[in-house]
Amino acid sequence: MQISEAWLRSYVNPEISTEILVEQLTMAGLEIDSVNPAAAKFSGVVVGQVISMHQHPDADRLRVCMVAVGEAEPLQIVCGASNVRVGLKIPAALCGAVLPGEFKIKKSKLRGEESFGMLCSEKELGLATDANGLMELADDAPVGVDIRDYLALNDAIIEVDLTPNRADCLCVEGLAREVAVLNKMDWLPTQVINAPISHQDVLTVSVEATDACPRYLGRLIKEVNAKAITPLWMQERLRRSGLRSLGPLVDVTNYVMLELGQPLHVFDAEKLAGGITVRWANADESVALLNNQVIKLDNEALIIADDKQALALAGIMGGADSAVNDETRSVFLECAYFAPHAIAGKARRFGLHTDSSHRFERGVDATLQTRAIERATQLLIDIAGGGAGPITEVTTTAALPQREAVLLRRLRIEKTLGIALADEQVIDIFQRLGMTVQTQTDGWQISPPGFRFDIAIEADLIEEIARIYGYNNLPSSSLLMRSELSTATEAVLDIDRVKDLLVDRGYQEAITYSFVDEEIQKTVAPETDVIRLKNPISSELAVMRTTLWCGLLKAALYNTNRQQNRVRLFESGLCFNKIDGETQQQKMLAGLVLGDAYSEQWGETSRKVDFFDIKADIQALFSLTGCEVQYLSAQQSALHPGQTAEIIASDGKKIGWLGMLHPNLEKQLGFDTPVFLFELDQNLVLNKLIPVFKALSKYPSVRRDLALIVKEDVTASEVINCIKSSAETALQEVIIFDIYRGKGVEEGSKSIALSLIMQDDTQTLTDSEIEAIVGRLLTLLNNEKNAKLRD
Amino acid sequence: MSAILEEILAQALQELAAVHDLNELDKVRVQYLGKKGLFTLQMKELGSLDPDQRRSAGQIINQAKDQFQQQLEACKAQLEDIALSQRLASERIDVSLPGRGQSVAGLHPVTTTLRRISKIFASVGFKVVEGPEIEDDYHNFEALNIPESHPARAMHDTFYFDAHTVLRTHTSPVQIRTMESEKPPLKVIAPGRVYRCDSDITHTPMFHQVEGFLVDTDVSFADLKGVVYEFLRAFFEKDIQVRFRPSYFPFTEPSAEVDIECVMCDGKGCRVCSQTGWLEVMGCGMIHPEVFKAVNIDSEHYSGFAFGMGVERLAMLRYGINDLRLFFENDLKFLEQFN
Repeated sequence: MQISEAWLRSYVNPEISTEILVEQLTMAGLEIDSVNPAAAKFSGVVVGQVISMHQHPDADRLRVCMVAVGEAEPLQIVCGASNVRVGLKIPAALCGAVLPGEFKIKKSKLRGEESFGMLCSEKELGLATDANGLMELADDAPVGVDIRDYLALNDAIIEVDLTPNRADCLCVEGLAREVAVLNKMDWLPTQVINAPISHQDVLTVSVEATDACPRYLGRLIKEVNAKAITPLWMQERLRRSGLRSLGPLVDVTNYVMLELGQPLHVFDAEKLAGGITVRWANADESVALLNNQVIKLDNEALIIADDKQALALAGIMGGADSAVNDETRSVFLECAYFAPHAIAGKARRFGLHTDSSHRFERGVDATLQTRAIERATQLLIDIAGGGAGPITEVTTTAALPQREAVLLRRLRIEKTLGIALADEQVIDIFQRLGMTVQTQTDGWQISPPGFRFDIAIEADLIEEIARIYGYNNLPSSSLLMRSELSTATEAVLDIDRVKDLLVDRGYQEAITYSFVDEEIQKTVAPETDVIRLKNPISSELAVMRTTLWCGLLKAALYNTNRQQNRVRLFESGLCFNKIDGETQQQKMLAGLVLGDAYSEQWGETSRKVDFFDIKADIQALFSLTGCEVQYLSAQQSALHPGQTAEIIASDGKKIGWLGMLHPNLEKQLGFDTPVFLFELDQNLVLNKLIPVFKALSKYPSVRRDLALIVKEDVTASEVINCIKSSAETALQEVIIFDIYRGKGVEEGSKSIALSLIMQDDTQTLTDSEIEAIVGRLLTLLNNEKNAKLRD
Repeated sequence: MSAILEEILAQALQELAAVHDLNELDKVRVQYLGKKGLFTLQMKELGSLDPDQRRSAGQIINQAKDQFQQQLEACKAQLEDIALSQRLASERIDVSLPGRGQSVAGLHPVTTTLRRISKIFASVGFKVVEGPEIEDDYHNFEALNIPESHPARAMHDTFYFDAHTVLRTHTSPVQIRTMESEKPPLKVIAPGRVYRCDSDITHTPMFHQVEGFLVDTDVSFADLKGVVYEFLRAFFEKDIQVRFRPSYFPFTEPSAEVDIECVMCDGKGCRVCSQTGWLEVMGCGMIHPEVFKAVNIDSEHYSGFAFGMGVERLAMLRYGINDLRLFFENDLKFLEQFN
């Protein structure tokens, strides 16, 4: 909400600068977002009056005017505006004036006619963004007076960003109340004089939805002049609150809303059929709103209806059919209290947000309606004439907010704020806030006024004390809390360690969006069900990722499109899957590598990264945990069928995948080089074996090298597993040091060269014992894998 | 000395003088001192002499042999010197050339920032807890005292899956989940991704928050102020000015926004702080009785505070990053700046 500082100061005017005032409000929880001058900088403009004028001899659109500006002689000023006329009072910029934008006014000649100044529009004075002709001033505007004084333009517009609990400050009186409290000053609310009753006509009002509308006041005001001009002071206050003048009938309701915080509505009484009903809408009803939007209603929409149709969305917006206009002669003025629960969320449902709904859904003082309708009546009759009828009021007392006293315990203040306050100080704060304080032995019963509908529990009262006392005046204590030693879990590796390892191996950490383009998601994981956002920000961010590869591939493309020919990325985060109708949120760790194995350097011949480069990284990662894993040849739709390994834990759990991006996808996604990917279930990766000490052997180890011929389909890990499955206790380690195909090895077979490291804990192994071990292993390998010793 | 011996010595010395390298030297050594070497043969011939002669003749041979050996050692030392200087010269490298092998990369600045925050809080016993990102309405809103129609829901531009399932809009649901399963005293921080349906120059639809809370008997607003002050000073490694402003969050009361003096201009006023000299860095407050009620903690006995901060915001201030969107483009040229 924005409000004129001068208006605020008309209620309470502490001797502090705008800067301090703004600081005070901000530090009291009423955050000031901005302070802007009410008008752009300009000078030398006075109230002028056109005394006489004649057509410019050489220009059809120009008039030569004599303008009184409060000096001995009127000035000749040439003007091209269409609304210039004799008698009109307008802002006149004199020679030497400087208009917004450093526009200097000088004596000039327009097509041969001398002009000693300029008649101004609102736009030229920076008061509006566009204008249609000269700014027309009231007939009683004093000629010669500086326009800035006359319009009180030396004012600031203060924009308050109010939190939802402080709707009581959505009006100038509310802010004035706060300023008075903060400065320990008194303030005077607007004086409201009840309008004399000049006729007895009424509309019947029936409230069906009493819970939603505990109080409804209405009255008929007849014979109003809808064409009357809203006085300048009101127009200016509205303008400074960001509201345009829309004629006196609407202006008055807006003005009272800004002044007292009570939204009101005027209906054109002659357009109403029968009485007024406040009720929930029926499913087959609709209403055309003031903004020309036609809304289909349902039984969750609270409406104001006449005997014929829905007229307005209660507390949100009026309807087009019953709207006032220039021709309106008689109005029905509505001033109601709608319960927040009846309005909250409703405007948003219809894509609306109005000044009225903003206030009602946060709360309006339920005791304010009589005062507000009288104030609006008074202003309306003052400006547009007419006569008021009696007020029709329908109040359901039981449905009104219950304002019970709240107990505040003395000890609770200290417990919550860490400071003990003197009783007088506490009482003073609440009395200044307009609350009634009743002292009890251990504290106070405090009754908030009607406008502080946010005060309901003890914590609310303590917050008020803190706020008025000043958050920054409250003590600050050093951490005095119980501490317990935490456990140092060793069986789970810290993910930070894994990330550090990847970083040390040249992987840059990426963070990509958890929602991805459905297109790329489908490409990468076509068989997976996706979880779809109902209201995505764009189609590119519409489904939850089921794999981190979506984001990494996109990030890699982003970089390859920017001349990066070597990309190594990893990401850790949740993936989202629907499994048997249940949402699974699984922590994953994934990586992507493409381009050169090493960054360009002088000492190594450059080569492209391959499967085993990435596998080395994964092996390094598992070496952190000490857990044995298997790499099984497998199929994954996103990966190359011949270069895919599924990673399996020793207990058979599937940890993840490692492989080359399928060449089809590589092409489809727009890569021009092979891409390698891995993705691991983070929780399974982090399972760590706690080491168990094994005594060191005092005896030497021996090495025996073997070359085995096996069929191509026998994998290296099968051979190793076979050896490891033997019961040979002396066997310490098996290392593959060569794979050979070609001369000397028949087609369809390969030679695997491996070395066996053997060591016994109790003796030095003899040659015959070694030969025996090797012999047993060869028999095993021959039986299990049909492996033969190479000649 | 016999003429033969003299001849052998003279020849030996001559050959030594002609030697070019250690290999040749060794050959000369073998030729004269080896098993069949010329000096060795001379010694062997001593056997045929009578004992008196044998002794003096032996002395003479030994003298000649020693003379040769001395010369040999000197020659060897010289050749070794030469060989060493040759090796040293040949092995000279340009040490200014870069080293070989894999380069080291780095963590995302958000991770680095999260780690620093976690480390600071862990040092006083806060435990790190995580929670789901697809969250139910109850934990994201209801239990945090934000009922269905509450205006505060409009402050959270929420991503929905269905009427009851959302992407969490803040890390505060972790507060509820933790208090549901554990009893006080609690000291927890909950870092993680959060989501808001908002995207422009200053908003990304996903960002990171760290939620922290502490529940114990006799926790007061003063403790909250103390923790927040100390944290901000530790994070920025500077004795910065901090101020608390009353604010409103449905799940805390009293609630506060925390401002720090602008780290870009030292509070003098600049574009980053909109000329105010202050930067809003976190929201906090005393945990609301309704929240305690939702998790069955007796608010008469226990009290607590909670705070929440935007990680990207802190990272931007710390490292001078001027565009939020850079965090999620993953441009290597951006990421590598934080290695």
